Amino acid sequence: MRYLPLQPADRQAMLGVIGAGSVDDLFVDVPAAARLSGPVPGLPMHQTEQQVERQLSQLARMNQAAGDQPFFLGAGAYRHHVPASVDHIIQRGEFLTSYTPYQPEIAQGTLQALFEFQTQVARLFGCDVANASMYDGSTACWEAIVMARRITRRGKAILSGGLHPHYVSVCTTMAKFTGDVLETSTPRLEGTAEMEMARLIAAIDSETSCVVVQNPGILGRVADLSELAEACHAKGALLIAVVTEPVSLGLIKSPGEMGADIVVGEGQSLGVGLNFGGPYVGLFACSDKHVRQMPGRLAGETVDADGQRGFVLTLSTREQHIRREKATSNICTNSGLCALAFTVHMTLLGEKGLRELAQLNHALAVEAADTLAKVPGVTVMDGAFFNEFTLTLPKEARPVVRHMAEKGVLGGVSLGRLYPGVKALENGLVVAVTETTTREDVAALAAALEEALA
Amino acid sequence: MTINQSGWRPEAPVQGGPDAAPTYTGNKALMLEEPLLFEIGGSDRTGVDLPEAPKVKSRLGGLERLKPIELPGLTEPEAVRHYTRLSRQNYAIDLGLFPLGSCTMKHNPRLNEKMARLPGFADLHPLTPVDGTQGALALIHLVAEWLKTLTNMPGIAMSPKAGAHGELCGLLAIRAAHEAKGDARKIILVPESAHGTNPATAAFAGYAVKGIPATGDGRVDLEALKAALSPEVAGVMITNPNTCGLFERDMIAICEAVHGIGGYVYCDGANFNAIVGRVRPGDLGVDAMHINLHKTFSTPHGGGGPGSGPVVFSQALAPYAPLPFVEKHDDRYVLVEEETVAAEGHSDAFGRMVAFHGQMGMFVRAAAYMMSHGADGLKQVSEDAVLSANYILRSLEDTLDAPFAASGPCMHEAIFSDAGFAEGFSTLDVAKGLIDEGFHPMTMYFPLVVHGAMLIEPTETESKAALDQFIGALRHVAGKAKAGDAALKAAPVHAPRRRLDETAAARKPVLVWKEPVQARAAE
Amino acid sequence: MTTLYFTQDHEWIAVDGTTATVGITDYAQSQLGDIVFAEVPAAGTRVEKGKEAAVVESVKAASDVYAPVTGEVIEGNGALGDDPSLVNTAPESDGWFFKLTLADPSELDGLMDEAGYKAFVDGL
Repeated sequence: MRYLPLQPADRQAMLGVIGAGSVDDLFVDVPAAARLSGPVPGLPMHQTEQQVERQLSQLARMNQAAGDQPFFLGAGAYRHHVPASVDHIIQRGEFLTSYTPYQPEIAQGTLQALFEFQTQVARLFGCDVANASMYDGSTACWEAIVMARRITRRGKAILSGGLHPHYVSVCTTMAKFTGDVLETSTPRLEGTAEMEMARLIAAIDSETSCVVVQNPGILGRVADLSELAEACHAKGALLIAVVTEPVSLGLIKSPGEMGADIVVGEGQSLGVGLNFGGPYVGLFACSDKHVRQMPGRLAGETVDADGQRGFVLTLSTREQHIRREKATSNICTNSGLCALAFTVHMTLLGEKGLRELAQLNHALAVEAADTLAKVPGVTVMDGAFFNEFTLTLPKEARPVVRHMAEKGVLGGVSLGRLYPGVKALENGLVVAVTETTTREDVAALAAALEEALA
Repeated sequence: MTINQSGWRPEAPVQGGPDAAPTYTGNKALMLEEPLLFEIGGSDRTGVDLPEAPKVKSRLGGLERLKPIELPGLTEPEAVRHYTRLSRQNYAIDLGLFPLGSCTMKHNPRLNEKMARLPGFADLHPLTPVDGTQGALALIHLVAEWLKTLTNMPGIAMSPKAGAHGELCGLLAIRAAHEAKGDARKIILVPESAHGTNPATAAFAGYAVKGIPATGDGRVDLEALKAALSPEVAGVMITNPNTCGLFERDMIAICEAVHGIGGYVYCDGANFNAIVGRVRPGDLGVDAMHINLHKTFSTPHGGGGPGSGPVVFSQALAPYAPLPFVEKHDDRYVLVEEETVAAEGHSDAFGRMVAFHGQMGMFVRAAAYMMSHGADGLKQVSEDAVLSANYILRSLEDTLDAPFAASGPCMHEAIFSDAGFAEGFSTLDVAKGLIDEGFHPMTMYFPLVVHGAMLIEPTETESKAALDQFIGALRHVAGKAKAGDAALKAAPVHAPRRRLDETAAARKPVLVWKEPVQARAAE
Repeated sequence: MTTLYFTQDHEWIAVDGTTATVGITDYAQSQLGDIVFAEVPAAGTRVEKGKEAAVVESVKAASDVYAPVTGEVIEGNGALGDDPSLVNTAPESDGWFFKLTLADPSELDGLMDEAGYKAFVDGL
């Protein structure tokens, strides 16, 4: 077997040193009733590299990869062009096959990269500090609610209607078990960001630990969070902002600048790729004063015995391996390699690249919105957006999406898929446009829509 | 107050040694220093070329960012060099034996990486209409079937993002099952030797945690466990093979006792790699177990994730598995989510744990690994892992104190204590000495039940020559600790950094880079 | 007139009438190593004998400080926020954790005096 270096003679020699007659003697502590005499029944035997490759490639070909046709899906996962060098760097064995940096003397590469990641995320979000990543945006969102409960000692969170429905679902699932009270709602096609802000402000009371608002929201709307932040603070609550499209922050004011206390996000857009939903990388940032309540790993600067600058994992007393049942979170691994991909992509962009990329996304989205608005029966939502916007179709969007997919256009995410059973949303279609979208793609979508709606 | 182990602060550097002849650059031949991105990058510098954006009227509602973000960039050659230089300051499995007990640092086959990058998997959006994702759903189904068959357990949740997330999934299923019976129980029993995630997870799931002592031979004290069982106990969390590297001989009796009071057994599957292909946890009576794909099934650890932690369930817990999951109806794969959950007969599902469908990229890698090994190869995997660990245990028990040497064979990892080290010498010193010998140290100070624990897991992907070299190195370094060789206190001296001051890092945390004050003033 | 008492959990309590100052002992700080963080209760907090009242952290450990007696906190030592190393350098003076008013002075009866604590530590 190509992955097993021990040869029969090695095994015999090792058994001799151990003083065992056979390898079975090493499994004597397994109850006899649970010992198998041969390989696990019901599974195939070993295969060559070529055989495995053939079968998996066949499965891969059965999927509608984003790059194979005009593509407009977003809603929490975005297709961006990732420079080739990003994947090259994360495939270096020293990054790919290393572990959590528990021995900092021989893990400075990972630690320094995480320190750079933390700094980039903090600056992008407009916060003092960021952690070394979480599993994904949805779990980061829940952890932020738990953190707000710890800080405010209040148990009620208000979730904006613009928060991704899967994120809401994750939070309500967890809250069922923890006893947190969540006020949730669904977005409104005819509403505006300002109306939603006013609704949230009115809902804050002395029991509210936090308000959770996604910006841009699930329908693509961009909102000014400043007044909401002030209203939260006036009542002793925290504002948690969720960013599922970090590229937007190349152009839009950061949530921190608008007064958010905790900013979490999904970092998939930068460096990571679509991957059918995972692995992704959760982003988590907050102010200095709350850092000891923050979940997740943190890299920090220090010096070594020669006085040279170096980095270590720090404030680990918050974590499960020390605090055990009193830990801030049970999180153990983060999303290290995806965080590295995020950082490398961000480094390649730099401020200039990120701003240009964001500008390009926005401009192409504006053009696309104008083109699609001309399709008979289609209306584009009012108000501000970044690279994603919602169309209202004259009929239910879900079958339209399926129909267009069969015709080779992945035309967006229907709100029926995201909010099954919500009648008021069923005609909504969320369309995302990035730098990977061409004008020809937009024309193809307009044509496909026109055909499907005819 | 309670008192625990303390941290470490550097003392004055030992004179002489490799630093006697400083270089102009601070580099030492192939050991290259690298500044922070923020010290070498620039806001106007970029490694991407983008087309000019079409001129349009902005629709940002006046929310344009006006202040600089302060994100320095690098051109591609600079970026590649920056991160390549950083990479060389890391130890990795690709460089050598990485005996980190309970973490399972085995070789990561490159076929896995190649397969995960096929556009059909890597460039697939999670909300693509289901007809366009049949291959992806088939892949998830395939991995699920392998895991269920290898564990002989009928239910599975594929979505948990990592081991600790899987633990949480398992405990939430246990809670959901009790609550469905109108029986809200309060306590989870956790052995003292458990990984810290176990009590943290139980607390996160809303349970009170009660500890169970170990016997002198390093296993769960069955009588103490039975004595702790009551109608208030929702279940137990047991790691098997346990964190001392031993198989819990009484596992079947433990499961029977817990089931006897209406509780469930959660098995921490972190060490499944020791028994995969040879023992099926379902045959022992386990109700839920997470499987770290990055341990048993060779997906890369990546410097701390991403992991993946699918959870297998017994018949009793299977109905409570969270969304989403994949079902096969004739030749078609169906993704069961919120809207179809009732129609598909899964209305007891306890909810959703992640935004999309779990760690697809890790499923592809694990599939490539499982298919490569097959049932026969996986059996050989666990046998070689256990053989290698026992080889280390028996080769070193004359040099190091092996507290459970008389408790029978170990499984996939061997444990030693710091007994016999000279006054003032600790496990930490041995670990740092191993760094100078070119090895990653073993897991230190875990599990807590062994004083100065050294937990060594060689895995099945090391040759005998590599094992012998490691044994020789550890014998050499342990000899220094026993003899009280002061030079060991200075270790490592050959690594990119000497021992780092963790105290200073924690007292005044510096978690992001800030421009030095002088530099700003000079501008 | 201040009287000093000690607990088996290595807290000291200096009692002056109905008020008292609480900290951890020199022995405790030496066992913990370099203290990096201390969290002290705010004024007005009610603490209960034997229950967690404060937290002290070294790099690798987080330990709870228990209240030697029941009472209401008058003041937490804000200086520990800026300089937690005071717990190492002056555990039984500037490194105090909190001051409180005693709810029930008879709770002091079960505690050790300085000689008793010294004998207790020597026996560990």
